[in-house]
Amino acid sequence: MTDAASPVTTPVIDVRNIAKHYGSVIALSGISLTLNRGEVHCLLGDNGAGKSTLIKLLSGVVRPTTGDFLVDGEPKSFSSPRDALDAGIATVYQDLAMIPLMSVTRNFFMGREPLKGFPPFRYIDLEHCNAVTREEMAKIGIDVRDPNQAVGTLSGGERQCVAIARAVYFGAKVLILDEPTSALGVHQTSMVLKYVHQVRQKGLGVIFITHNVRHAYAVGDRFTVLNRGKTLGTQTKAGIAMDELQNLMAGGKELQQLADELGGTV
Amino acid sequence: MTSKGQTAEPTARADERLIKVGLLTRAMRRPELGAVAGLVLVAIFFFAFANHEMFTLSGAMTILAPASQLGILAVAAALLMIGGEFDLSIGSMVAFTGLVFGASVTNFAMPLWLAILATMLVAGVMGSINGQIVIRSRLPSFIVTLAFLFILRGLTLVGLKAVTGGSTQLRGVGDAVPDGVLRNLFSGLAFEGVFSWLASQNLIEKFDNGLPKVAGVPVSVVWFVAFAALATWVLLRSRVGNWIFAVGGDPNAARNSGVPVDRVKTGLFVVTACAAALVAIITVLDAGSADARRGFQKEFEAIIAAVIGGCLLTGGYGSAIGAFFGAIIFGMVSIGLSYTSFDSDWFQVFLGTMLLVAVLFNNYIRRKVTGER
Repeated sequence: MTDAASPVTTPVIDVRNIAKHYGSVIALSGISLTLNRGEVHCLLGDNGAGKSTLIKLLSGVVRPTTGDFLVDGEPKSFSSPRDALDAGIATVYQDLAMIPLMSVTRNFFMGREPLKGFPPFRYIDLEHCNAVTREEMAKIGIDVRDPNQAVGTLSGGERQCVAIARAVYFGAKVLILDEPTSALGVHQTSMVLKYVHQVRQKGLGVIFITHNVRHAYAVGDRFTVLNRGKTLGTQTKAGIAMDELQNLMAGGKELQQLADELGGTV
Repeated sequence: MTSKGQTAEPTARADERLIKVGLLTRAMRRPELGAVAGLVLVAIFFFAFANHEMFTLSGAMTILAPASQLGILAVAAALLMIGGEFDLSIGSMVAFTGLVFGASVTNFAMPLWLAILATMLVAGVMGSINGQIVIRSRLPSFIVTLAFLFILRGLTLVGLKAVTGGSTQLRGVGDAVPDGVLRNLFSGLAFEGVFSWLASQNLIEKFDNGLPKVAGVPVSVVWFVAFAALATWVLLRSRVGNWIFAVGGDPNAARNSGVPVDRVKTGLFVVTACAAALVAIITVLDAGSADARRGFQKEFEAIIAAVIGGCLLTGGYGSAIGAFFGAIIFGMVSIGLSYTSFDSDWFQVFLGTMLLVAVLFNNYIRRKVTGER
């Protein structure tokens, strides 16, 4: 349990003892975690562990009941997703990121359309948008044949990558990825993981939420396991092996038992 | 499949699973294609069966006058449908705002500009009430505006009886409004000078005394064309247009991207109500009276025109220009049957069939375009 990754710089996100109660239900009871630049911090946990509540707190969808939340060392309190976006925290949701009936370009610039002309007849600079979209997609190796094609025609992995590329292009310093690989096949998953790695190299901090230890271990630098609204501690990659992580997350015993019954590892 | 045709993109590599996008597919991506095709089919039908009087200038005006009033409503309904909501109260809104306008100029003796302003203001408030209820209650707009369909129709009846002392028609509006530039914006004919010049040049048909057979374009047609053009520009080029598609396509994704979903939806309800008020002012001035039955069932006709124009009932897809053509199809069929030997009551059969075909076609196209499986 160490924070030795970069002790000198201030973490880009510093969550201190944050808690969220929904009436009498305690969704999170005092979570602390930090995220550094150029780091992929994986949040692991089974269903109901509090992962999504934590994301909602970080992305400004809900407010914490107690606890502090620092961005670049400054305490913040978001009242809407827009506030979080403005602070450079972009969240990419598993299936709520894109509008399938709209074109790649229109999705890419959604909410931040560059305008030309004079009011009230200001119009979207679609040529510029198309060019940027094509270029940004080419950078991550997605060949958008026609930026005017509907996002619905892209594969799940491509959609995730477009959503991530959009966040990066608009200057996010922190990316929160909510189960980006859970609905994807093997090839698509590797595409997304590869891109997450690229994003890290650019110096962004990434919070990667998943319940797939394999995917987490492939790109993660540090791992925090959540269980029933609490953290079971943060580990560095050097400090924990994959099967230990798996056991920690799934409550060990159960899986061991299952592995014995099935005569192999799970 | 080879990489031919992708040479413009040096980084692009051919994907063997992708069929090259042909011109036809690209045309099919435009939501208004169905309406244009429908219009061509309907025109061919009438060309074959109808008296050719229908295809003269005066025949065209006979079709366009009712089509334009419906069309103003249909374009607004299309915007709202693309934004993912319905407004079933627009027909009643036409009657209600007609009452407001009529009472303003007669009972309250307001000058025309003030009456127009007051009418638009009332419509705007009603529209935002519709929108706010839908947004805050998260009920389907279908049911909320269905309630307002009855509320507004009832209020119109009660209100008309109150201001007239028992009648459901408020007469004397025409006499209460003086002639002038402002009145000419909302009633009568436009481009009369152009038409008499065309007649003098023998370019259009004229009576024996030299006056043109068609003296001008009804102003409602001018409003219709202008509104459809503006709506199309807004949808395809402006930021608000992008947001309209977004809130209809997926409100959650739109909200996560920073689109003010509630404001866009409320704005659309207001626009729809104001479009109804515009139609109300035009019809009240043209007829010289406000009537409780005005705009009856127009909400369904407007939605049908929008659907024929390519709008999906689920939102997020459609076009204003499609609704424009949808409304013209509507006018052509409703008026055109009287130019044929068919019983004009076939109109409703025709309409229902058309709607069904349009919905099936739209769904098919949607799946094609988005690659939905």
